[in-house]
Amino acid sequence: MIALLLILVPLITGLLCMLLPNGKLLALLGSVVTLLLALVAVNTNSAAASLVTNVNWLPALGAKFHLAFDGMGKMLVLLTAVSLPLIIAATYKNGYNDSGKFYGLLMLAQTGLMGVFLSIDCLLFYFFWELALIPAYFLCSIWGGEKRITVTFKFFVYTFIGSLLMLVGILYVYFHTADASFSMDAFYKATLSVKEQNVLFWLFFIAFAIKMPVFPFHTWQPDTYEQAPTGVTMLLSGVMVKMGLFAVVRWLLPIFPKAALAYDTVIISIAVFGMLYASFIAIKQDDIKRLIAYSSIAHIGLMAAALFTNQQIGYQGVMVQMFNHGVNVIGLWIVADAIEQQLGTRKFSELGGLAQKAPSLAILFIVMAFANVALPLTNAFVGEFLLFNGLFRFNVVLAAIAGISIILSAVYTLNAVQKIFYGATNHKTASVTEAAFGVNLSLVILTVTIIVLGIYPQPMIQLTEDSVNTLMLLVK
Amino acid sequence: MNAIIFSAILGVVMMFCSAFVTNRSSYKYVAAIGLALLLMVNLLDSNGLTIFLIDTKGMLSFSKVGLLFNSICIGATLIYVLLSSKEIEKVDNYTAEYFALIFFVLCGISILTSFNNLLMLFLGVEIMSIPLYILTGSDKKNLKSNEAALKYFLMGAFSTGIMLLGIAFIYGATGTFAIDGNSRPLSMGTPFLSILEVAGCILMLISMSFKVSAAPFHFWTPDVYDGAPSVFTSFMATVVKVAGFFAFIKFFEGRIVSTSMAVNVNVGVNWKMLFAIIIIATLFVGNITAVFQQSVKRMLAYSSIAQAGFMLFALFSFNDYAKEGIVLYAASYSLATIGIFAILIKMKDYTFEGYNGLAKHSPIVAFVNTVCLLSLAGIPLTAGFFAKYFMLASVVKLGYAWLAIVGVLFAAVSVYYYFKVIAAMYFKTSEENPMIEVPAKSFQAGLLVLSIIIILLGIMPQFLLNWMYF
Repeated sequence: MIALLLILVPLITGLLCMLLPNGKLLALLGSVVTLLLALVAVNTNSAAASLVTNVNWLPALGAKFHLAFDGMGKMLVLLTAVSLPLIIAATYKNGYNDSGKFYGLLMLAQTGLMGVFLSIDCLLFYFFWELALIPAYFLCSIWGGEKRITVTFKFFVYTFIGSLLMLVGILYVYFHTADASFSMDAFYKATLSVKEQNVLFWLFFIAFAIKMPVFPFHTWQPDTYEQAPTGVTMLLSGVMVKMGLFAVVRWLLPIFPKAALAYDTVIISIAVFGMLYASFIAIKQDDIKRLIAYSSIAHIGLMAAALFTNQQIGYQGVMVQMFNHGVNVIGLWIVADAIEQQLGTRKFSELGGLAQKAPSLAILFIVMAFANVALPLTNAFVGEFLLFNGLFRFNVVLAAIAGISIILSAVYTLNAVQKIFYGATNHKTASVTEAAFGVNLSLVILTVTIIVLGIYPQPMIQLTEDSVNTLMLLVK
Repeated sequence: MNAIIFSAILGVVMMFCSAFVTNRSSYKYVAAIGLALLLMVNLLDSNGLTIFLIDTKGMLSFSKVGLLFNSICIGATLIYVLLSSKEIEKVDNYTAEYFALIFFVLCGISILTSFNNLLMLFLGVEIMSIPLYILTGSDKKNLKSNEAALKYFLMGAFSTGIMLLGIAFIYGATGTFAIDGNSRPLSMGTPFLSILEVAGCILMLISMSFKVSAAPFHFWTPDVYDGAPSVFTSFMATVVKVAGFFAFIKFFEGRIVSTSMAVNVNVGVNWKMLFAIIIIATLFVGNITAVFQQSVKRMLAYSSIAQAGFMLFALFSFNDYAKEGIVLYAASYSLATIGIFAILIKMKDYTFEGYNGLAKHSPIVAFVNTVCLLSLAGIPLTAGFFAKYFMLASVVKLGYAWLAIVGVLFAAVSVYYYFKVIAAMYFKTSEENPMIEVPAKSFQAGLLVLSIIIILLGIMPQFLLNWMYF
């Protein structure tokens, strides 16, 4: 029941927001209710009947409307539910045109995301996978920057091609299940020869790789993050990219374990190369948003690499880091948005000296920056430590190469801190004041989360432990 | 049987209307009521209640699927008339005659969905086509309309000639007009078709490809669709086209499945490969050319070719999925295209720029247009998704996953031109105001109902498919 409510509440509030005037407040309310529901779900045993929804949907096809939780699902549902109130609070004063429609679409995107993380039925999963995309398309295209239409279209077509290929793959697996059903168990047990696995693996992987995004499928990402309104960028990079990582764990690895083993070195090498590539480009950026976008590619690359190491500790790292990366990157975007809203620019060359004018924003941003570098005491340290540990056990050389990206991330992140907050003020930044209350509130909540999870990551690890154990059994 | 006779009678009734009823605006109500009645008697027929019991000596056979298909065609026509009847009145002075012709087209379609004999196939195709030639040229003072009508007529006459030759060959080879393979006395017991029969089948393939505008026999489509009055293009591109598909599939199902498909190689003809080539060519021509169009009307003409490519998947696979898929595809494609055309006709400017800022001006119209376009693009939650889903499933099931991959890549191309309209409506602004005459409340309500049907079929396609079995 709770699973169903987690989809229905954002859906209904989203639709109402679009129809009623003053939808902003309603969206905030709906997202808080969703968060409370998610908290209840997280604290309930996964097997409890109150969490599961399982009704017939298309009996002739063997598809069910089946929603259920596992540890990973709980964690991502929590992440989705946490992000929305933060995003709405942080952008509350931004004054988007038709803000009711804006926040309504944001809630609809949340509906799709919840569905993706909760579906136990592959066709249902595909449905929500696509549905999460449509609101994002409209959000970016209506409220985005100057080049929004072409950029968003590129984003849409990329992901759409990926998902269509996946659809063919899903159908192929479906016809090889024992009882012609789309249920997760049937898919895991589908009889596929090694040769079939090797082809189908790529049909799925490309869809997920585009979503994450992993080099060389990442080209849509910096443009889209830059052009999208920052509230949407937060959702895209904080939560939506996790769809790709999640789908690898939920669908790709368990269905095609043999192919995953066969291609592990290839994919990890590509991912590691992508990390370095993105890090180097990040150093060169003069735009806060593009910097965060490339830094995000680097971080996601590490998670993608760890997913194919076939190491328990690596999987555990991915689980923890999915949440942590979501939290951290949303924090970075909030600061970027606060700066852009006040100054109308995102260029480092036009910024400087903000720390004198907005000290609390500076302090909060520096915490986010440290988390982005994965300094100890921040949550990202825990995650990256586990990820590198897994990668190290897989291959020392690749782990060492990937390690360079840690240094690079310090270079670009600290460089950004320096250029934005220190140095002399210029005519633009001289008039800066502290950010709005909503912005600071969101940042404080995130900072507390970052430090608490950095010191005591155990709850997050425990929450996702069952998913890791199941995965280890399935890929063996 | 009910539908064939009723539609013919209603056609005559409409003609008498024009002589005895002077109030021109009442014709559309008569037509709408007539269509509702026609839909009803057809549904009665599929529930086993036949009003006219006529022994056709096996020349017609009424299957559940055929009758369902007929219901879809009639239902789509009903929605079409409800949405666009005002525009039909505007074409010229002969409103009642246009409705009469539409009824005669439906009569042809009713025969096409139930033929069991090549003669009936021929009759159905002709009864369906001849009124269309007139409708295409109905805008008499417009040169483009005249040109389109002539072109359509000449091309149609050629293809009919080819069809007749094909039928003659097949008759020569088998000694019967029955399409049902088992009842053929001459080639009974042998799994192979004779050369004469293969030649006949290929001629039929060409002629039917022409009717459904499959490449490389599609050249007439963009010109005719563009030249004909938009309101009749809408009818031609939807109801008439899907009816052609049903006949196409039914003919080859009886002929090829029972004999050569199983053996596959048959006097040097690999039918599967032949169909695959036609499918890929159609998808290619339709999608790629649609990308370059400036006018939404021409884009829709090419998009109808592209959609035909997907419907041809059913011809390739001939399994249960294909059957359910073609029914669903017919419904989703017709509804979505009728919706888009109903809006297009009201636009002042048919180019993509003409749609700029429509969402601000009339949000409901823009929303319904978006739902229809998303359905054509095959996005989940719309009927179009399940239509494509069944088509892909049917070929993947046969083990031709590569063809499905080719199909989805072209589907991704189609997103480009469908989303161009969406982008114009929502993300661009226009100085010109208004770009559309203020839509009536009833028109908007009709559009909303249409979009609800499309979304409903996108969540629960079994609402429609269950009719096939119960």
